Amino acid sequence: MHGLVNRAVERFTRDTYGREMWLGIMQRLDLGFAEFEAMLSYDDEITHEVLGELAVSLNKPMTEVLEDIGTYLVSHGNLEALRRLLRFGGTDFVEFLHSLDDLPGRAQLAVPDLSLPTLELEDHARDYYSLTVGPMAGGRIAFGAVMIGLLRAMADDYGALVFLDHKGKRGKVEIIEVRLLDVAFASGRAFDLGAALR
Amino acid sequence: MSEGHVNTALYALLDTLCPMHAVLNATGHVVHAGPTFEKLCGDTAPEGRRFLELVELKRPKLGAGMKDLRRAAGAKLHLELRAAPRTALKGVLVALPDSGAIGPKNGVIVNLSFGISVMDAVRDFSLTSADFAATDLAIEMLYLIEAKSAAMEASRKLNLRLQGAKIAAEELAYTDTLTGLKNRRAMQPVLDRLMETERDFVLMNLDLDYFKSVNDTLGHAAGDHVLQQVARRMVSETRSGDTIIRTGGDEFVLIFAGLTDRDRVAEIAGRLIARLERPIPFGDEECRISASIGASLSCDYAQVDLDQMMQDADCALYVAKDQGRGRHVTFDKMMRLARDMKGPIPQNRDAR
Repeated sequence: MHGLVNRAVERFTRDTYGREMWLGIMQRLDLGFAEFEAMLSYDDEITHEVLGELAVSLNKPMTEVLEDIGTYLVSHGNLEALRRLLRFGGTDFVEFLHSLDDLPGRAQLAVPDLSLPTLELEDHARDYYSLTVGPMAGGRIAFGAVMIGLLRAMADDYGALVFLDHKGKRGKVEIIEVRLLDVAFASGRAFDLGAALR
Repeated sequence: MSEGHVNTALYALLDTLCPMHAVLNATGHVVHAGPTFEKLCGDTAPEGRRFLELVELKRPKLGAGMKDLRRAAGAKLHLELRAAPRTALKGVLVALPDSGAIGPKNGVIVNLSFGISVMDAVRDFSLTSADFAATDLAIEMLYLIEAKSAAMEASRKLNLRLQGAKIAAEELAYTDTLTGLKNRRAMQPVLDRLMETERDFVLMNLDLDYFKSVNDTLGHAAGDHVLQQVARRMVSETRSGDTIIRTGGDEFVLIFAGLTDRDRVAEIAGRLIARLERPIPFGDEECRISASIGASLSCDYAQVDLDQMMQDADCALYVAKDQGRGRHVTFDKMMRLARDMKGPIPQNRDAR
């Protein structure tokens, strides 16, 4: 798994539960290093072990941990750059949903060796969508739960009210149901195109 | 259908397809401006004003008349807003027919874009994605700039850390683990750097005397302790810019950059020996050693030859040892003569 993904797990743990928690996990796993390097790649097995140990340490089911990571990616101030990049996807939540198909490609434009699971949105009605997550080449990480956390946080960011439901796995892919209750429920957070330059 | 109706439909179409446009009449006055071009013009609406008073045409160089402007139809235009911050623009114009079938008679339609200035423009005019046509790549360009900058920043941090790790690894590779002094591997880079910068320096070969007997009578632990104390004393007797290298068991090379004075060399060597001769306590025992020193000065050579300098420092060391223990000798050419008469001496200390 790409270093950016591993680094995200690390940042999540450190920013949410503190440095001690993270160092404890890395010590128990005895991988020979304590920090992930964002621009290097690591064996998938390592990511698995870290996530497993994290879930055990937090005494939480894995899906819950993964959802929390997804939410963290959008909502934590330390990752403002990532939130901004996601917001480039569209001016409202519906446009953002429709931009998800392009997300793995957009990510690769910036970091060519970063592979993310395929995302495919299907609209069944104006307020009812399903998102197919995966498959991912050689990947064993279930990104579906991460996507749920991320979508929930993005909906908040846009000020939309949504209902998300993980419909489980079908073969190698996961299905997420998205029900849009109100596109303009709250005012959401501002997105200023030129903010990065200010 | 009246002309006005036709134009309203045309303007609505243009507003969607290219929101940063202006429609000019036959006299060069703006009769309609796309919503994004309006934003660029600030508080005063562009309608009714002469286009070339709002925007300066930098290239191609043409006259200020409408006739001249129409001649630029289809060409790539380089323009600049006349008001601050004088944003650079790219543009293209089409000339309208004199029939009035499309737009004002003998007018033109100018479509504009930011080109490379898009980043500044977005900031200066607080533009949002709604200000660009849905097909415009400006938003993708902004996305790419941000994404690439973030990736570059991550790479830059990685490079810094790798550089730090490289320096630490080199440090380790060049360090003698017992004494913390530099090791034999570090000698060549130091000398190379001195040669490159053409700085004068003094090469000092220092051998410990009686060290073998410390090792033999008190054991290796005592020997190691003595070497560590010797290293400390040498460090405290020299300046931070000097280099101390442990080249072998009880053999050291000291390099003094910028030193050219023979008396100073003798003084330093004498002080080093005196300091090393002070007893070194080890448990209940006292270890007593001394040192012999042979030095060569780069300023003694018309053309500095490293190998020759090292050989000559060795030669001086040999002479020092010949005189007894605890002596220091600085090489001069007479020694070479004497040596040549006495027959060969070992080329370096390893051979002894």
